[in-house]
Amino acid sequence: MRKSTFFASTAALVLASLAAALPARADCGIEKGSVRILANDFDGLRLVLSEAEKCASGTVKVITNQTTEHKNLQVPALKISPAEYTVAVIANNSIVPLLNEGLLRPLDDLVAKYGQDLLPTQLIKLDGKVMAVAFMGNSQHLFLRKDILEKAGLAQPKSYEDILAAAKAIREKGLMDYPLSASDKAGWDLAAEFVNMYLGYGGELFEAGSAVPAIRNEKGLAALATMKAMTEYMNPDYMTYNADEIIKVYAAGKTAIINGWGSLANGAIDPAKAADGVGDNTVLVGAPTVGGGSVPAAALWWDGFSIARNISDEDAEASFRAMVYGIRPEVGQNNPDLATWLTKDYKPGRVAVGVLETANGGAKPYPMLPYMGLLHTALGAELAEFMQGRESAEEALKDVEAAYTAAAREGGFLK
Amino acid sequence: MPHRAFFAFIMPSLAAMLLFIALPIVSVAVQSLYVQHERVVTEVETCTPFSGCTKETRVDAEATEKLRNDEPLGRFNGFGTYLDRNHLAVTEIGAILSDNAGFKDTVARVYNLPFYRALAFTLTYTFVVTPFAMLLGFCIALGVNAIPPFYKGPVIFFSLLPMIVTPLVGALIVYWMASSQGILGATLQVLLNDPTLSLKSSAVLTWITLLVYGIWHNAPFSFVVFYAGLQTVPHDTLESAMIDGASRWERIRFVVIPHLMPLATFVGLVQLMDNFRVFEPIVGFSAEANATSLSWSIFNDLRGQVDQLFGSAAATSMLTIVGVIILLSPVLVRTWRDFNRR
Amino acid sequence: MMVTKRRQPLPLAVLSTGFVLLWVFMAAFPFIWTVWGSFKVEQDFFSRDSWWFAIEGTRTIARTGSAFTGDGYYGAWVLRDFFSSVINTVIVTVSVVVVSLTFGTLGGYALARSGYRYTFWLLMLALVFRAMPHITLVSGYLLPFFEMNIWGYMPTAIIVLVAINQPFTLWMLHSFFLSIPKDLDESAMVDGCSRFQAFRLVVIPVMWPGVITTGLFSFLLAYNDFAVTAMLLSQPNQTMVPKIASFLGTVQQEGNVMFAVAAVVSATAPLFVLVLFFQRQIVSGLTAGAVKG
Repeated sequence: MRKSTFFASTAALVLASLAAALPARADCGIEKGSVRILANDFDGLRLVLSEAEKCASGTVKVITNQTTEHKNLQVPALKISPAEYTVAVIANNSIVPLLNEGLLRPLDDLVAKYGQDLLPTQLIKLDGKVMAVAFMGNSQHLFLRKDILEKAGLAQPKSYEDILAAAKAIREKGLMDYPLSASDKAGWDLAAEFVNMYLGYGGELFEAGSAVPAIRNEKGLAALATMKAMTEYMNPDYMTYNADEIIKVYAAGKTAIINGWGSLANGAIDPAKAADGVGDNTVLVGAPTVGGGSVPAAALWWDGFSIARNISDEDAEASFRAMVYGIRPEVGQNNPDLATWLTKDYKPGRVAVGVLETANGGAKPYPMLPYMGLLHTALGAELAEFMQGRESAEEALKDVEAAYTAAAREGGFLK
Repeated sequence: MPHRAFFAFIMPSLAAMLLFIALPIVSVAVQSLYVQHERVVTEVETCTPFSGCTKETRVDAEATEKLRNDEPLGRFNGFGTYLDRNHLAVTEIGAILSDNAGFKDTVARVYNLPFYRALAFTLTYTFVVTPFAMLLGFCIALGVNAIPPFYKGPVIFFSLLPMIVTPLVGALIVYWMASSQGILGATLQVLLNDPTLSLKSSAVLTWITLLVYGIWHNAPFSFVVFYAGLQTVPHDTLESAMIDGASRWERIRFVVIPHLMPLATFVGLVQLMDNFRVFEPIVGFSAEANATSLSWSIFNDLRGQVDQLFGSAAATSMLTIVGVIILLSPVLVRTWRDFNRR
Repeated sequence: MMVTKRRQPLPLAVLSTGFVLLWVFMAAFPFIWTVWGSFKVEQDFFSRDSWWFAIEGTRTIARTGSAFTGDGYYGAWVLRDFFSSVINTVIVTVSVVVVSLTFGTLGGYALARSGYRYTFWLLMLALVFRAMPHITLVSGYLLPFFEMNIWGYMPTAIIVLVAINQPFTLWMLHSFFLSIPKDLDESAMVDGCSRFQAFRLVVIPVMWPGVITTGLFSFLLAYNDFAVTAMLLSQPNQTMVPKIASFLGTVQQEGNVMFAVAAVVSATAPLFVLVLFFQRQIVSGLTAGAVKG
């Protein structure tokens, strides 16, 4: 039985890391301490954590817990003293609850002592203090089928307006029934899509310096109108398509233009997963602009790590050094296609191009505001009716504000 | 049985329930009456990998913690959370009732409120799936009872499959089969001669799909219990009914069904309760846009995002318990009468 | 019923058998489809083109050269170490069943034998307990469990599952005990047994079928649980269902659905043996008890 290439490569990767983990104990320079890491469960982090585990020795204990439930465990796990985990691997949304509760420690002295390999851009600074170290970036960006665009006689679209025109042309030429797809599934995906679009229009989600929502304006309406206009060229099931699904639909050759996650790009161009002709004809470019705006309509994300407050300084030092070893530049250099690394001397692989182009285009990061999660939840729940044409855009935004306001009052952010 | 012996016997079970269910319920009930402290928010400079540095608001964790140390539960809010827009929405309902453009408008606007939207599907699901699943289970039990004993083992196993395959993946696979490229969805398109038919795209079809899945998933439980009950139907009664010239249907109607009635109460009780807490099918079928339930609202409060809205989830949980008690009250009254007769 | 069956007229027999066949087909088809599909690549089993790909294995042939592949099983069992979660599941389910039944038989017996009014209220209270959504309970456990340093260990998850399962177990066993004549244990006590001896030596032997039936439902609860095990167990103690969920991937990150499909098939197969083995007891067990309501 011949294994697929993807399979073989994953197998080799995992086996290599297993084999490496067994005999070779890396010298991370840690004398003693206990390292306990809580993280999400996916390939990129599995690699980083397996590298950090190499720091284990007779006096250094490394325990990891990789679970998709990490977001729900992190606050209670770090609240106790000593904390259950010394390291929380977080992203720019999941760091917020930990900051809100004040459960993270400033890392400035550790960075100064052991962070020679870290780039200044990797440091997440709040009020001048380093609170987290980022090592992977991610964003949504365009996946284009250049063969379809050529057949339709179109140039590469740069904006959502171009995309709508392209979709019309592709359908009229009979090349595809549903040239567009977006992650419009009610809930997290739909809200992320709105945030992207709204940021692309240059909108501000909140009134400056407060938790009062500010999305009921022309930019909000325009963002919704563009999202709705695109659904005309989508499969009627679009309300059930999440980020994973649109990549798979794209890889199956059923759609021509999507704004998909960079972290999933491998699934669209890997010849083992994509239908014939899709991988070779795919171009990954930065996210499009919208409404004449200058910045790409996509929020930027990062994955990084933070160190718990309620632990001994010794454990904090051991944890920091183990994590810095786990994300040392060679890890990114040797696995360029596993993620878009933010670490030193990273040479982007093929799949990282889109994310970097989006970032270089000046896209805004996903807001790290204390009450952003509440707005995200409200958006995900209340926009669904509009997207299905059962409600006007004005009413949808009004519902979002009402739902958010009730939640923010309970959270203590609004009176 | 004397009190002492009674409590000695029930102690382990009671202790487990009190510690792990009753205590949490009390704390949840208390929690639902409080909201979080006003957060002390400050503006600080924030630097991230892509955008350089900007001024952004942050929670001043130290100052907030000070407030929290004084009053660990938060600010007392009474039934405020129960009555706000994301739950019973009393103010909004009042506004709708006092100013609306007829019945249709009222229904549409009430349905727009998240709690009532969830309640509508929850109740529909409960009252459609429970009776139909029980009926289907009963018919299967009658049918299986009549097949040769040799085949019964495998038939029972296959009949239980909808119940024992992990719903997490079971729902995903059935969902895929029902999608327009899947074997069921594509077959339906051919049968109904409508190549654009998609069970996922319209609200009505999504509801019907979920209801059918619910019946399919729940029927095996009723089947097992009823099948067992059928084994005990007294022979003599059936024989004498036959001698009296009762038809097959009359025998089922007047002998078998009355005999199974207490069992049906038990099944109905359990099923009503489980169906009222419907959750997995909604996630498994990606149906959030068209159908939400109370349990889904709780899930959304606790897991939908990085923040956890404990107060809100606690209020919805208490409302779920109240809902279950209301639903079960006829059965409870009956049990109370039976008990007093004993 | 045997008598009536012999006399079933032909049209009714055909109708009844036809109905059972139809149901078995409906019940079993998705699973059989899954078993078949677990030997294909994802692009076939979850094909965006047509379900016909899953039958013919078009992409599977293109990728692996054969119409069947064991990649899903290889991935789940070898690469992602499904075996350790199988072991954990066995430990958790067996313990939950044993402890649930021990607590449940004791409590159910007491509830069935005591005539005082508080037994009714206890039964009602158990129902209210059962109405509480599990996910709210579990979120409330986290902080205290972390503080007491009992989070992540199997015994914690086991006792929580037992407690959550108690209301159902108590109700079911209570009805079984009602069907056993009181005279049985009372005469034993007259003969000089203590209450507990009468329970253990006289009542329990008669109760086996009821215990086994209730055990089956406890087993299914522990076996299929996601809410409790996913939140209360650390990675080394993870059971099958959270493991399968982790195969499915998360937002922004791709999973491997075929690992999950293969894992589900492997997890369901042993149940076939189990159900066949206990089939007789299940039926005779339910017969003995629940009928009395």
